[in-house]
Amino acid sequence: MKCLAFAGRNGKEIARDKLTLFFGVLFPLLILALMSLIGQSVPADIFPIGSLAPGIAVFGLSFLSLFAGMLAARDRSGAFMTRLLASPMRPADFIGGYLLPLLPVGLAQSLACLMFAAFFGLKPGPGTLLAAAVLLPMGLFYDALGLLLGSLLTEKQIGGVCGALVTNVSAWLSGVWFDPALVGGVFEKVVKVFPFLHAAQAARAALALDYANLLPHLWPVLLWSAAMTLAAVGMAGYRLSHN
Amino acid sequence: MNAIETRALTKRYKNVTAVDALDLTVREGCFFALLGVNGAGKTTTVRMLTGLTAPSGGDALILGRSVVHDALAAKALTAVSPQETAVAARLTVRENLELMCGLYGLPDRRRRTEELMAELSLTDRAGQRASTLSGGWQRRLSIAMALITEPRVLFLDEPTLGLDVLARRELWRVIEGLRGQVTLVLTTHYLEEARALADEIGIMAGGKLAARGTADELCKLAGVTAFEDAFVKLAGGDEP
Repeated sequence: MKCLAFAGRNGKEIARDKLTLFFGVLFPLLILALMSLIGQSVPADIFPIGSLAPGIAVFGLSFLSLFAGMLAARDRSGAFMTRLLASPMRPADFIGGYLLPLLPVGLAQSLACLMFAAFFGLKPGPGTLLAAAVLLPMGLFYDALGLLLGSLLTEKQIGGVCGALVTNVSAWLSGVWFDPALVGGVFEKVVKVFPFLHAAQAARAALALDYANLLPHLWPVLLWSAAMTLAAVGMAGYRLSHN
Repeated sequence: MNAIETRALTKRYKNVTAVDALDLTVREGCFFALLGVNGAGKTTTVRMLTGLTAPSGGDALILGRSVVHDALAAKALTAVSPQETAVAARLTVRENLELMCGLYGLPDRRRRTEELMAELSLTDRAGQRASTLSGGWQRRLSIAMALITEPRVLFLDEPTLGLDVLARRELWRVIEGLRGQVTLVLTTHYLEEARALADEIGIMAGGKLAARGTADELCKLAGVTAFEDAFVKLAGGDEP
């Protein structure tokens, strides 16, 4: 219950930040619309919507790291943390309180992106819901990454690291702008180590209800999410106990 | 019963001993003020008593619960209103108070919140976000957030720091109203605040309790008539 009460507060703090609404929901939709219109205005189908929409959804989820990181870093620097630390909350209540509220935000974000893609030719159906669900572990990955960085960096540093670096790395490595197979070589191998491209490809397979291609891409994402969550829990727990 | 009992409570930071084997008792229901110059060890003591900082040595009991061995139980009995205003900025006054009930796992959040808001004249601002309140009202909300958990021991760390005279007097009225309901520990740099509000005053110097008593007793102990002179002498600022 303490964890849920804290999660409720964190959800409200995030939802009431107008920048959250813009970057979390509107910005990915704007990018999706822009890229689709560019794709439609050239003869070759350079941005097929079935590939573009999942990639943009992964890119949109990367902002969860910014929201989680900013909140954790802001709390750490303020007197409100003193009040929280003096309360009978356990470390698990703190960590759950930071991680939980962003998961529904991530789910809504993915659904909004995939449903908006219907305006540009993506057929809505059961695959849309499945793709949004499949992207949830990637949302947890970003959420945990934000908490990890928010436990280490200042609010200002988080803006640079999560707002610029993480979002750009996500966009480049998730295959939104180009297929990494076209570059090939070491770059393609490196891209396949990270979860970004796998998350986009798992969502693409889910959209097409292509279960054979879904699981091989979902596993790496699940492993990365689990590892990142463990790292975030470890770091946040350490910082709480050594406050 | 003692609300607070410290036994050789010590905090060391590398080569600096911030609190040095402190033995302090505060009886239940007492309004106790802790005074001292900067670096005397007041804030570190409060941080250890509220579970914010682990002691390097010794122990402290809050109504019999050890802050070292039974920290969560001790925390459940205390609340703190920190030096800086500690509110959730984007939450409303009502939401901030309900949040505190949730964090302490207390039932009847709505009733407690409405009652406390009425008691502290916060009802008219119930739907206002904390970030839009003036400094004085934010400080009042901060104290309300500590009070709503119905603590047995309430720590007020420099509660009126930075407030104008009117806001300070208004907050004094609120704090005065808490007398007898809860054990209060006030740390402050304002000597007149301690004198006006507290039943008993402790003066810390060099991490130790240099003296304790009522304001008159401290004046007598120091052999002076003015409380400020007594403080200067007992806090170690008037040594030959």
